[in-house]
Amino acid sequence: MHPLAEKIQQAFPEAFRQAVEWRGDLAIQVAREHLHAVCRYLHDDPGMDYDYIVHVSSVDWPDHPERFEVVYEFYSIRRRARIRVKTRVPEDDCVVDSMTDIWKGADFMEREVYDMMGIRFRNHPNLVRILMPDDYPEGFPLRKDFPLRGKGWRDTFPFIGEKTV
Amino acid sequence: MTHPFEDQRTTVYKVDPEHPETLALPTLRTEEMMLNMGPQHPSTHGVLKVVLALEGERIVKAIPVMGFLHRGVEKLAEDGTYHQFIPHTDRLDYICAMYNNFAYCRAVEKLLDMKIPPRAEYLRTIVAEVQRIIGHLFWLGTQALDIGAMTVFFYTFRDREILLDFFDELCGARLTTSWYRIGGVERDFTPDLVEKLRRFADYFPPKIDEYVTFLETNRIWLSRTKGVAVISAEDAINFGLSGPTLRGSGVDYDLRKFEPYAAYGECEWSVPVGKNGDTYDRYWVRIEEMRESLKMVKQLLEKIPEGPVMAYVPSVTLPPKDKVFNDLASMIQQFKLFSQGFQAPKGEIYCGTEAAKGELGFYIVSNGEGKPYRLKIRAPSFIHMGAFDYMARGYMIADIVTIFGTYDIVMGECDR
Repeated sequence: MHPLAEKIQQAFPEAFRQAVEWRGDLAIQVAREHLHAVCRYLHDDPGMDYDYIVHVSSVDWPDHPERFEVVYEFYSIRRRARIRVKTRVPEDDCVVDSMTDIWKGADFMEREVYDMMGIRFRNHPNLVRILMPDDYPEGFPLRKDFPLRGKGWRDTFPFIGEKTV
Repeated sequence: MTHPFEDQRTTVYKVDPEHPETLALPTLRTEEMMLNMGPQHPSTHGVLKVVLALEGERIVKAIPVMGFLHRGVEKLAEDGTYHQFIPHTDRLDYICAMYNNFAYCRAVEKLLDMKIPPRAEYLRTIVAEVQRIIGHLFWLGTQALDIGAMTVFFYTFRDREILLDFFDELCGARLTTSWYRIGGVERDFTPDLVEKLRRFADYFPPKIDEYVTFLETNRIWLSRTKGVAVISAEDAINFGLSGPTLRGSGVDYDLRKFEPYAAYGECEWSVPVGKNGDTYDRYWVRIEEMRESLKMVKQLLEKIPEGPVMAYVPSVTLPPKDKVFNDLASMIQQFKLFSQGFQAPKGEIYCGTEAAKGELGFYIVSNGEGKPYRLKIRAPSFIHMGAFDYMARGYMIADIVTIFGTYDIVMGECDR
């Protein structure tokens, strides 16, 4: 295992799920309850020093019992190293802790994840839609069960005779 | 007769006629004003709305309202093959289409663990740097125009046109280029184009000095950029800013140096870094970057290695276009790749590339099929907008156009 992953496992034995290194990218998976603590450690610990937030993303796996995957990617400017931290959330309780108190840049990125995938972030200062309209009623467009051509108002057009895929 | 709106007046002057000296100035009623700016304001470079909370002329809060240009590019990516997504990347940051192609192709090549022939790497780097010059020229012209210096705009656009004509010659399009391919580039430089680029490399440096002369002797430009939109290095890192916006604050974060890719390791150049983190320093960083880019182009043109411009991996890379019409195997290859795509291995990668605006990254999750399972675009403009409110507070309302411009945002990339 990667030495950094080992270090994280020693610091958080109850949170650590697994570490994968593929194509030079290190990705660790942690339990959702401990995500914030692990990220705080990654940011503050001088040996880790991940001071730069690269992106926050989410992946939808409809067949998995814990349906959504929330992905944080960090970079350490001093050590020039990357790490990806992932956690899984089930559909009926898709909430994770917000990282806005550690990285201010997480604000917009988490709002985008909420907007696109419907994952909520606890303690986020302003968790509202960001790219879609505020009153968008049709759900969360990047979920796999959302059809590519959208749903709702398009089907009310009389001149489109086809059914939504 | 009393004034019909007497009771609605907010300030009432009352003077005691016996003691006129007691006339105190009425306390002015102040309240926060909300001002809606955009989405069609010319300085927003696209369609961005900002709701400003103002106290007099001071900005108390600036709330960007985005999404007017949201086209669901990430959703579209899940429906097409890897090759089919390349033209979509043109429409992200439509000022620097080549760089988006580059960033995407690099990400897919990382996913496939593919090696690119050296000639293709050189051509890619040269074109990417030319694209960076175009991006910075566009920024310089429009930023100066927004602030009130109109002349520079005509000069930068004159030189930008020359470079866009090179792109036209190279791939037939000026803005939506799609010249990069997974595994290489679509076609080779002609000797004529190489010669033209060489001549441009000699022509351009005095022109940069010309822009600098225009601006640095202009008091308005200096007073409207120095000390405006200041952000410290710690805050800039914490917000995840990148590119010239971060380097203006004195952080030398540049992926071309940190994780050298393509042919960046094979030429001499340096990373210009600002000090104060204000708009002026970011302007200076961009000017110097143009010089550095030119230096790179000049060096790389001299030592382009011979060889193919496309890796030969028939299951992934496209055959040369002229063979498609004459050679059966190539035609089948082309047909299969465009109808079914190629099977990428199962896994996930993130690949960041230093585009003109900042770190443009692609996070691709593949489940082993011909389409990306999930494709996330880390768009620098979007992340820069996250710091907008923080950087705009306390400045005057007239500075808001400077603060927009200082990130070099393009809404196509911001909203995706």
